[in-house]
Amino acid sequence: MRAMDFLTNHLLSLILFTPLLGAVVLWFLPDDKKIQRWAGFLFSLVPFVLTLVLWARFDLTRAAEFQFQEKAVWYGPIHASYHLGVDGVALTMVLLTTFLTPLALLASFSVQDRVKVYYMLFLFLETGMLGVFLSLDLMLFFVFWEIGLVPMFFLIFQWGSPKGERQVWPGLTVPSRVYAAFKFMIYTMAGSLGLLLAIQMLGVVTGTFDLPEVIEKWKSASGTILGFDAATLKALAFWAFTIAFALKVPVWPFHTWLPDAHTEAPTAGSMILAGVLLKLGAFGFLRFVLPLYPEQAKHYAGVLAFLGMMAIIFGAFAAWGQEDFKRLVAYSSVNHMGFVVLAIAAAAWAAGTEHANIALNGAVLQMFNHGLTAAGMFFLVGAIYERAHTRELKKFGGLFGHIPVYAGILVFTSMASLGLPGLNSFVSEFLIVRGAWPVFQLFTALSMIGLLITGAYILKGIKDVLFGPLTELADHLTDLTTREVLVMVPLMALMLILGVWPMWLLEVINRAVGG
Amino acid sequence: MSALNSAMLLALLPELMVLALMGLVLIADLSGRVKGRNLGWLTIVGLVVVVLVSVSTAMPDATGAAVWGGTLKHDALSFVFRMLFLIAAALTVFFVLDVPALGDRGAFYLLLLASVLGMMLMAMANDLIMLFLAMETATIPLYVLAGFFTGRRDSVEAGFKYLLFGALASGFMLYGLSLLYGFSGGEVEFAALAQGLSKTQAPTWAVLAALMIVIAGFAFKVAAVPFHFWAPDVYQGAPTPVAAFLSTASKAAGFALLVRVALVAFPSGSLPWWGAALAAMAAATMTLGNILALTQTDLKRLLAYSSIGHAGYILMGVVAATKLGLTAVVFYLLVYMLTNLAAFGIVAVLERSTGSTSAANLAGLYKRSPWLTLATLAAFLSLAGVPPFAGFVAKVWVFMAAVEANLAWLAVIAVLNSIVGIYYYLVVLKVAYEYDPPEDAPPIVVSRPVVWALAALAVFIVIAGVAFGPWFGWGKWAAAALFP
Amino acid sequence: MNLPLLSLIIFLPIVAGTVMLLWPSASRDTIRRLALVTATITFLLSAWLYVRYDFVAGGYQFVEKYPWLPDLGISYHVGVDGLSAPLILLTGVVIFTGTLVSWNIDRPREFFGLLYILATGVFGVFAALDLFTLFFMYEVAVFPMYLLIVIWGWEKTREYAGMKLTLYLLVGSVLALVGGLAMVFAARENLGYLTFDLLELEKAGLSVGFQKFWFPIVFFGFAVLGGIFPVHNWSPDGHVAAPTAVSMFHAGVLMKLGAFAALRVGVMLMPEGAKFHLPWIILLTLVNVVYGAFIASVQQDFKYVIGFSSVSHMGLVIMGIATLNHDGLLGSGVQMFSHGVMTALFFAVVGMVYDRTHTRHIPSLGGMMKKLPWAGVAFIIAGLTSMGMPGFSGFIAEFPIFMGVWRYKPWIAIVAAISIVVTASYVLRVAHKVFFGPLPEEFKDIPDINIFDRVALVTLVFFLVAIGVFPHIMVPWIESGVNYVLTILGGA
Repeated sequence: MRAMDFLTNHLLSLILFTPLLGAVVLWFLPDDKKIQRWAGFLFSLVPFVLTLVLWARFDLTRAAEFQFQEKAVWYGPIHASYHLGVDGVALTMVLLTTFLTPLALLASFSVQDRVKVYYMLFLFLETGMLGVFLSLDLMLFFVFWEIGLVPMFFLIFQWGSPKGERQVWPGLTVPSRVYAAFKFMIYTMAGSLGLLLAIQMLGVVTGTFDLPEVIEKWKSASGTILGFDAATLKALAFWAFTIAFALKVPVWPFHTWLPDAHTEAPTAGSMILAGVLLKLGAFGFLRFVLPLYPEQAKHYAGVLAFLGMMAIIFGAFAAWGQEDFKRLVAYSSVNHMGFVVLAIAAAAWAAGTEHANIALNGAVLQMFNHGLTAAGMFFLVGAIYERAHTRELKKFGGLFGHIPVYAGILVFTSMASLGLPGLNSFVSEFLIVRGAWPVFQLFTALSMIGLLITGAYILKGIKDVLFGPLTELADHLTDLTTREVLVMVPLMALMLILGVWPMWLLEVINRAVGG
Repeated sequence: MSALNSAMLLALLPELMVLALMGLVLIADLSGRVKGRNLGWLTIVGLVVVVLVSVSTAMPDATGAAVWGGTLKHDALSFVFRMLFLIAAALTVFFVLDVPALGDRGAFYLLLLASVLGMMLMAMANDLIMLFLAMETATIPLYVLAGFFTGRRDSVEAGFKYLLFGALASGFMLYGLSLLYGFSGGEVEFAALAQGLSKTQAPTWAVLAALMIVIAGFAFKVAAVPFHFWAPDVYQGAPTPVAAFLSTASKAAGFALLVRVALVAFPSGSLPWWGAALAAMAAATMTLGNILALTQTDLKRLLAYSSIGHAGYILMGVVAATKLGLTAVVFYLLVYMLTNLAAFGIVAVLERSTGSTSAANLAGLYKRSPWLTLATLAAFLSLAGVPPFAGFVAKVWVFMAAVEANLAWLAVIAVLNSIVGIYYYLVVLKVAYEYDPPEDAPPIVVSRPVVWALAALAVFIVIAGVAFGPWFGWGKWAAAALFP
Repeated sequence: MNLPLLSLIIFLPIVAGTVMLLWPSASRDTIRRLALVTATITFLLSAWLYVRYDFVAGGYQFVEKYPWLPDLGISYHVGVDGLSAPLILLTGVVIFTGTLVSWNIDRPREFFGLLYILATGVFGVFAALDLFTLFFMYEVAVFPMYLLIVIWGWEKTREYAGMKLTLYLLVGSVLALVGGLAMVFAARENLGYLTFDLLELEKAGLSVGFQKFWFPIVFFGFAVLGGIFPVHNWSPDGHVAAPTAVSMFHAGVLMKLGAFAALRVGVMLMPEGAKFHLPWIILLTLVNVVYGAFIASVQQDFKYVIGFSSVSHMGLVIMGIATLNHDGLLGSGVQMFSHGVMTALFFAVVGMVYDRTHTRHIPSLGGMMKKLPWAGVAFIIAGLTSMGMPGFSGFIAEFPIFMGVWRYKPWIAIVAAISIVVTASYVLRVAHKVFFGPLPEEFKDIPDINIFDRVALVTLVFFLVAIGVFPHIMVPWIESGVNYVLTILGGA
């Protein structure tokens, strides 16, 4: 069975590049929006199916190891190779990505403008994101890390919300989406700069970019390197990595690009942005920062925990203060991702202990959960925005009876986001708090304030939209279509399943982080 | 003094044949049978015959021999130069043929041939007396030629100016020669002069001063600083083909004689400061010539200043005082003569068609006469020193000679100058290529002989620029006369 | 196979160019067809040469040597190594695409004639293995450039810029020429004979004192053409004034000529001088990289942005050379090709926009994506390449350059990295202003680009992406060249 062999040996490559292939095929399709939409959607299902195959074949007993490895010469002279592999954590993230992308594309059926390019960019984006999770080579990782920015930039820049203006400085006013897109791009590129330099430095010092080898050699690096004291250099590189990833997560105070980008992005863009792109940063911490810089991570864990706590609290307060529904959801991401950072900090500090293990379990699960809930929330906000052409909470009201299906789904998803026991987020946030508590008692305790406020803003959102008197907008508002419901059903199903029976996923994560 | 023998006659064969040609032209003119430009054709054919016969029979061996009692030197160096003068004269005649009041005058051809005869003797001169005699023979007909358009004030003025400066320079030179004669204890032959000077131990400053006075005479002849200022005025006023002849053959003759004086009578190191003085003169000449050329709007004046600049480059090869240096000088003069003839030929065409030599007249040349534009491209870029035209390699050889002689500083000055040069040559080309022709632009008429001459020159410019081996070989052969 | 492939590539353009110039009666279409055929054949031959170069064996291949002037040790000696093979290909690509985008040029006879003479000069320099051949070809490339700019350039600045460019380049090259001659004579002391052969001069063992004195002169002489600070400012002016195909040639290929010759003649013949002087020269390149990017970011003229971005990117090329280590040189080699293609693409797009709108003032433009979608996408791809976005060749090039600089002096790498963000910001700004946003009323009816333009854009984009994704199709060539340089440098 040569076909099967090929599948086994190149499963990751197939997952990685089928979206790109889809994008290329799309280019040649006739100029019919319907065909393009369906083609794009169907193409995005291929990697999902392949991911399920991957999931099935994944050897759970070796979840901490890299499986399905592929290695080929890529950039020989500087010893960078095309090296892919998955462990349990990456597998979880790949599943999240391939799961969310079809949904986002399904949600995008309402896009009317330049459908072909839109779908192509989206598929391209998927390849970029998957590459980050799959790469086992620092240079290759950076390739995918950066390349993902491009489609996202254009999605926000071209298909972002058409309204709104921002004054950049007196005399220069640009459309909000332009502002947001540029801010997103420049922030992230600037953040990546340190990462780029640090990766180059690692390559120079270790003579390779292959992650396992780099980790091995880098640990033993000591004395004077490149004219620097080894410890100084390691600390510098640690911060270069950390800042790049912190920007992406985003960790307070590096989060300011996020509300703009999320708010201005098209609905599906926001879904993917919140659902997957933010995870890239957190994944970076797990994959690179902790293994490469265990000592530095431990040393600066307090700082990181502080920042995580600040993200939780400020994210929550900021969300509470928003009058714009989408901004509210955007800030909630800051809040939720703060927990991930807190967990990572705790794990770094208490590396090797049971607490660290629990915290990491929580972190990865929270990443997955937030992917589901944030995508769902953004989709719901988008759905109502499409109808009302406004996102101002004040203008809505009384929709509970008016569009009951929407209302029901919104309440369900909000509750998942809020952390209602029985739904997914509760499990992961509980694990995080349980893991972090013994390590950073004070920070964790303070984070509880954030948790309270989370309740406050989510209820505020629900209240403003669904209750109170009907406004004149109601005339425009119709209930969700079947397609829209179909987007939400898989999300809600997973939220529920993970809330009730999280073990199917936690098993993978636990074995991966537990070693 | 040995008796007259065949070797002596053979050595002077080209000169004798030119003399015969003069007689032929004179008879033809006086007889009234041969009219107008046919005299020109006669001259051309005659000169070609002289060249062919000389090359086939009168070739000297490499080191050559002093003949006629040591007065003349029949060696490779002089031979190459003599042939060059003949060719230059023939080409000049091509440009003259159709010029009214010039090409139809037998006197013109006679004077031209007389001047050529003088130049040939200059190339051969081996002692102080012949030096002076030959130089005067070459120059006096040129005074007349420059003022040949007796009806035109500028031409007369040019002739007169040339005469005045020429006479002054001759006077200086004669004075300097007499001093050298004295300091050396009565030697006249170049080689003996060197020995004589070292024997008498005349004060070096005095010898140097005398030499400088002689050099002043040469400076006039080759239009080098500080005796260059006649050139622009004379070139502008003189009939264009005469200006062409002045700036090429006459200059080359000056150099032919100068190298002999500089390298035989005063070999490098024989006199302190002598090399430095010559180097300074080279630097000053090229710099002044090129910089003054920048502001010229008249093509003849521009070419005049550029020819001053070129004199500077050539001097560099003389300063180097090596075999490579001399080879470079010969090669440069060969290329320069033919290129500059082409350039003046183009100006002559332009003058005839439009009535003026202003550079602005070139506007839109690419439309009015594509072929002439290509010739202009070749000639001017060669002067600028751009490959694949011959001017490039010529420059490289002189630069190389300078660098070899540890005169890298002079080479640097020279290369910077060549950039300045490129500037003004390019400006000319720009006018020809960029601008559209004015509405009332007269058509460009190129007569058949000029077409042939220009085509031949343009082809030569390219060939010598790419396949430079044979020409370089000539230079080397000529240089072997002084550097065996 | 004894086909003199390399000479064929070198001389085919000049022969075609001369034929055109000497054929005043040929019709416009005849000339254009002749031009297209010549360009296509040249491109294919150069691609064939590239493919046929055996990088495993390395060294100089396709070598041809004929005596030219044996008295002075001058020969026509050409050959390609791993560093020059990509540059030959680059020249082929640019001449092909440059011809395509110039299809509707005014006075095609002279235009293509001069352009192809220029091309021969460029090919010749890249292939030269003899110092004289190199200078000869180098100068051949300069004068057509002047006429091309002055005749077909932008009316406002063409005379000034054309002359400025020409003089700058010539000053540099003639100074280098004097240095080269000095080298030849110094080598004679050791070798006992006169030779211009680069391979023999490499072994001449010039004294350290000599190298220290002459290296900066020769290196700068050529680096002027590479756009090194502070003698870079001919380049933006020149690029802006030149017609499209010439800008492509100019920024795409000619600037590489400078960097390449600085390496081949400066560094490879005087390695000791290089080691002595490059530590301060690298600081100048740092200025290039950072200052060029900043200046580019404040330009209001579409073409000036690209012009200054070239200054910045060429700074990286020379910086990589200045590190004198494997990674830096490797990156420089790739960057020369990558930047060549990228900047040709940039200028092609700028030209297409300008031809239709007759303005390059960025604030006056907008919405071009709707009218010229191909050009827009091409511009974005070029832009992404220039900001070092992975997946495109710029990243493949800049990454090792930075690694080389890390090895050399880490702080320089860190400072230079600023340019990446600055570049990203201006590229995005320009792309946004010109290609997106509202379409001004007066440009409502501009026509889309024709098929020739599209082929040109696709060809250029192909190389940017192909190398970005599969660096393996170029880096082994360059590495073999770099290894040779490193042996000359004493295995540093």
